[in-house]
Amino acid sequence: MRCNLIPSRFKVIRDNEACVSCRICVRECSYGVHSYDEEKKTLKADSTKCVDCQRCVSYCPTGALSIVLNKNTFRPNAEWSCDSLKEIYRQSESGGVLLSSMGSPVKSIPRYFDRILLNASQVTNPSIDPLREPMETKVFIGSRPERIERDERGRIKDNLPPHLELDTPILFSAMSYGAISLNVHKALAMAAKELGTYWNTGEGGLHEDLYKYGDNTIVQVASGRFGVHSRYLSAGAAVEIKIGQGAKPGIGGHLTGAKIIGDVSRTRMVPSGMDAISPAPHHDIYSIEDLRQLVSSIKEATGYLKPVIVKVAAVHNIAPIASGIARSGADIISIDGFRGGTGASPVRIRDNVGIPIEVALASVDQRLREEHIRDRVSIIASGGIHNSADVAKAIALGADAVSIGTAALIALGCHLCASCHTGKCSWGIATQEEELTKRLDPEKGAERLVNLVHAWTREIQEIMGGMGINSIEALRGNRLALRGVDLNEKELQVLGIRYAGE
Amino acid sequence: MLEVDVKNMRQEDIAALIREADGEPLTLKSCMGQRYIGCGMKNVNLTLTGTPGNALGAYLDGGTIRVKGNAQDAVADTMNNGKMYIDGSAGDALGYAMRGGKIFIHGNAGYRAGVHMKAYGDIQPVIVIGGTAGSFLGEYLAGGTIIVLGLNREKEPITGFFCGNGMYSGRIYLRTDEKPVGLSEKLLMRKIDDEEKKSVIAPYIEEFSKEFREDYKKCMDGTFIVIEPNPKNSYKELYAAVS
Repeated sequence: MRCNLIPSRFKVIRDNEACVSCRICVRECSYGVHSYDEEKKTLKADSTKCVDCQRCVSYCPTGALSIVLNKNTFRPNAEWSCDSLKEIYRQSESGGVLLSSMGSPVKSIPRYFDRILLNASQVTNPSIDPLREPMETKVFIGSRPERIERDERGRIKDNLPPHLELDTPILFSAMSYGAISLNVHKALAMAAKELGTYWNTGEGGLHEDLYKYGDNTIVQVASGRFGVHSRYLSAGAAVEIKIGQGAKPGIGGHLTGAKIIGDVSRTRMVPSGMDAISPAPHHDIYSIEDLRQLVSSIKEATGYLKPVIVKVAAVHNIAPIASGIARSGADIISIDGFRGGTGASPVRIRDNVGIPIEVALASVDQRLREEHIRDRVSIIASGGIHNSADVAKAIALGADAVSIGTAALIALGCHLCASCHTGKCSWGIATQEEELTKRLDPEKGAERLVNLVHAWTREIQEIMGGMGINSIEALRGNRLALRGVDLNEKELQVLGIRYAGE
Repeated sequence: MLEVDVKNMRQEDIAALIREADGEPLTLKSCMGQRYIGCGMKNVNLTLTGTPGNALGAYLDGGTIRVKGNAQDAVADTMNNGKMYIDGSAGDALGYAMRGGKIFIHGNAGYRAGVHMKAYGDIQPVIVIGGTAGSFLGEYLAGGTIIVLGLNREKEPITGFFCGNGMYSGRIYLRTDEKPVGLSEKLLMRKIDDEEKKSVIAPYIEEFSKEFREDYKKCMDGTFIVIEPNPKNSYKELYAAVS
C-alpha cells in the first residue's frame, strides 16, 4: 500500500439530490478531478487533484457542487503549521525547489494599504461632487523638463520629452504571452485602447495580430530578450526594461517547454517545446552606467520618440536604486512590490524576498524629492493593488499611476488557485492548451476589464471629490491626505504619514 | 564611396549621416568611442576606422558593419540580422542575446561573449572569434553557433572560466583538444569528426579566413571540440510544484 503523507487540501462535495449527472463538471475540470463511472452510472471526484479553481462550481447548472477545505487536521502545534509539515514532506519526497504562482499569500507581512485611511473635507473647504463638476483623472507620465525654455521672441519652446497620456491612472501590468494566453493579451489590448491607457507585453514578445494596438502597448525588454527586434521596439508607445518583479526579485524566469508551442514559439522566437530561460540579471547590465547604456541604445533604436520605463522589484535599498535609475536617462520607474503576482515563482523567494510596495513607494518618492530629481521620472506602483482606494493611497504616497495584474486577471475569471505554473488553467488564462484558451472570449474579457477600470475610476473621482481635490495631479504625493492606524512610529516615519487623530 | 572623418562628431550626427547614406557604402574614419553606431538600423553598409564606442550595432537588423580596428563593449547587443566583421578585438558582452546574423572577430573577445544567444527556425546566429574568448563564453546559450579558433594561442587555454554554463541549446566549437577550464559537469564535450568539421563549421571559417586574410588551412588545422547541453539535465527536475 502506498502511504500518502500529504492529504488533499480540498474536498469536493457533491449534493447527489441536486446533481443531474450532466457531466459538465467532467468537461470543465482541467485537473482531472471529476469523472463518470459508466458502470455505476455515477459521478466521482478525486479530491487529491483539486486546486479549488471553482470552475466546476461556477458551471454546475444545479448548484450541486461545492469545494471546501479538507477538515482533516494534523496535530495542532503553535510552532509548526500544517503547511510547514506538508512542504517538508513534499521536498523530502522530490528534492525539488517548491514552485507556486500568483502573489504571496503570507499573512504575517502587513498590507499597509489597509492601515492607511484617506481624508475628506468638512466645513473648512468644500468637497466636490464629481457627478456635477469636472474631475480630472488624466495623467501624463514620463520625464518632465526642468525648466521652461523660450525662443528669442519669448515664445515657450516645446521641450517636453516623449510621454504617455493616460485617461485614468491605472495601467495593466506586464504579463507575457506564454505565461498567459493570446486571448488574454487580446482582451488587455482591447481594454487598454477603449480605456485610453496601456497594457504591457511582458517579456514574451508581441503577437503579430496585436501590433495594431501599438499606441496602447508597452513593449518589454527583459533579460531573455525574447521576441525583441527593432520592429517590436518601435511597435509600442513605450519600451520597458524589466530588471525585476515583486514576486521574485533577483531571480530569473523559466517558461516550461510545454507552454512554448505554436504561436508562442514563433512570437518568442525560440523552438517549440524548448524551455525558455530568462537569466536572473541582464548580462549587459552590471551597473547604473550599463543601465544608462541600454536605455540610450533603446532610445537610439527608436529615434528618441518613446519614453523608456525601468521596472524593478521593491527591495531593501530601493530608494538609492531608484535614484540611480532616475539618473540613467529612464523616463519612468515602475516599482513592483512584495505582493506582486507571477505565473511561476519559487515559494521561498515569493514569500520572503522584497518589501511591500507602500513603504518602497514612500521612500522612493521622498528620496527623489530630497535629491531634486523627482520630476525627472514618473513612478508606476504595482504589487497588491486590490481596489480604487489602494490606487488613491498609492498616488498619495507618491505614485504617478499604478498598474494592476492580478486584479485584471480576476476580472477575467481567475480564482487565485495559484496553479498557473501547471499550464492547466481551467479559466483559460494561464494556459496554452487550445481547449482551455478558447474558454476566454477576448471581447467579453475586454468588456469586463473596461467595466472594472471604469468603476474604479468613478470611485477615485468620488474619493478625490470628497477631499476637495479635482485632479490626480493634486493628489500625487499628497501625504497629508493620509493617516495611519495600527502602525508604529517607524512605519509612520517611513510612510511619511501621521497617525489617525494627529 | 562616401568617406567622412567623424573624429570630432557627436553620436547623433553620426546616426544622421548613416540614415542619410540609406544603405549606400559609407566609411566613417577615426571613430573616437562614439556609442550606438548603427544601432537598430537595417540595410547599413559601414566601414569604420579608429575605435567605435559601446553598443556598436545594437539591435542591428541587416546590412554589414566592418571595423578596421578594435571595438568596445556590448557590440551587436540583441542583434537580429546582418553581418559584423571586426578586424581587431571586441570588448565584453559581445552579441548578448543575439538572435540572428553573423559576427566575425579577427582578434579576441572579452568576457560574456554570446551570452543567451538564441535561434529559431532557419534564423541561426553565428559568432566566430579568431583569437581567444574571456570567461562566461556562451553562458545560457539557447541556440546558434559559437566558434573560437584560438589562433596564435597554441599552448594556453583559448577560453576562460565558466564556458557554456547554463547553456540549454546551441553549440560551442573550440579549436583545441583541451577541456575548457572547469567545464560544468552538466555539459557534454566531444571531439568532432571531419564530416562535422566540413559540413557545419567550414563555411564560417572560410568566410572568416577570406575576410581577415588568414590561411584557411591553418584555421581548420587541428582538433575541434564541441560543447553541447546534456538533454538529460532538464530544468524541470529542479522543481516540486505546490498548489
